[in-house]
Amino acid sequence: MVQSLNAWRESPSQTAGPYVHIGCTPNAAGIEGIYAEDLGSSLISGPVAGKQIEVVGAVYDGTGTPLKDAMVEIWQADAAGLFNAANESRGKADENFTGFGRAACDQETGEFSFQTVKPGQVPWVDGRLQAPHITMWIVARGINIGLHTRMYFDDEASANADDPVLQRIEHQNRVPTLIASSEGASSEGQATYRFNIHLQGPNETVFFDM
Amino acid sequence: MSNNERSEPAAGGFIARDRAWHPPAFHAPYKSTLKRSPQAALISLPTSLGEETGPVFGHSLLGEHDNDLLINFAKAGETAIGPRIIIHGRILDERGRGVPGALIEIWQANAGGRYRHKKEGYVAALDPNFGGCGRTISGEDGSYVFRTVQPGPYPWPNGMNDWRPAHVHFSVFGHAFAQRLITQMYFEGDPLIPLCPIVGSLPTTDAVETLVAALDKKQTLPMDALAYKFDIVLRGRRQTLFENRREGL
Ligand SMILES: [Fe+3]
Repeated sequence: MVQSLNAWRESPSQTAGPYVHIGCTPNAAGIEGIYAEDLGSSLISGPVAGKQIEVVGAVYDGTGTPLKDAMVEIWQADAAGLFNAANESRGKADENFTGFGRAACDQETGEFSFQTVKPGQVPWVDGRLQAPHITMWIVARGINIGLHTRMYFDDEASANADDPVLQRIEHQNRVPTLIASSEGASSEGQATYRFNIHLQGPNETVFFDM
Repeated sequence: MSNNERSEPAAGGFIARDRAWHPPAFHAPYKSTLKRSPQAALISLPTSLGEETGPVFGHSLLGEHDNDLLINFAKAGETAIGPRIIIHGRILDERGRGVPGALIEIWQANAGGRYRHKKEGYVAALDPNFGGCGRTISGEDGSYVFRTVQPGPYPWPNGMNDWRPAHVHFSVFGHAFAQRLITQMYFEGDPLIPLCPIVGSLPTTDAVETLVAALDKKQTLPMDALAYKFDIVLRGRRQTLFENRREGL
């Protein structure tokens, strides 16, 4: 026998199921009056530095059908590359920008959207700068453990080419699955990026174990 | 550096997820996984700032009755129908330490097994006094508590006659996005647990047991509510015992 490692095992994941919105975005699910507003429904709480953008997309299954019961969460740095987190030690993030968003995919179309700012660059573990990106986490019925991915920007070609995470993807022909496409400006002049997530198929999105 | 700072090694990256402990993406008896499971291998990388940070949720977020599902949707003076229960426990990390300030969100069916959702197809009755969601933030020692009704089991379209065991869905935010977790709590003694294709996605009975809450008779409120204890473990950070930055990383 040997000494115990005194190690606890992470609680195992279970699917969020088809009714994740009851718990995570109840107002969007029609359950009103319990929470004043759904958590993560707005990332911006006042004047913010940087370029305000809209991110839209949908999550597609292996038949090409958009998921109507998915929930997408995003986490990102502010325009200066700082996180609005308790353990951010490099400086003070924009106080009007939470960096966290949560969206229920539309129950009819499957579309999600976030009003956010274009993130700045953040160093990777070896100090090299990463290209601007948004971390995404996807849960739904039929997804047994939440899927982590990243959204990069198609107008950051040189930064993307130098990104240490993108460089480490063996099949470089899959890198485009992580790059959102500019859709031009909305009527308010705001840039919109589309990021579609494919769970399977020839364009299956790269998912990370990080 | 003081001796105090020296006594505890610095926090390093997060301990890798044990993917053989979690359910695989594809589990044939749970049919929805067939077309929703990625086919390519996940790209494994060490955690960096974006995974080691996470949003902060303060107590100002919470309403007075957010963790009391018996009354948080009920008309004044009324409560939800069904067996009254307390669910309590602690949020821990992989070293067994309490995680303070974690946001815990739950959702569940009512005592009849019916969800308040427009796509719900079960004939069981809605309870006009039950919404089905709650949330709280863990205390200094990682502890949390909810008051609710025991959810009923319910049938679901998968096989011709599949029933979910009674369960409560849990979504937990620790301190870092790498810890993000959604799971389900089951109830001690439920005969439907071993029959469920979603429970069956867990590779081992050891993993199943960690999701089954124990009846906690000592915490029961006499003549009021039964109690169940449910601890949740989030990923922990490695201690940086010595710097060992690998070449090219
Ligand atoms: Fe459920």
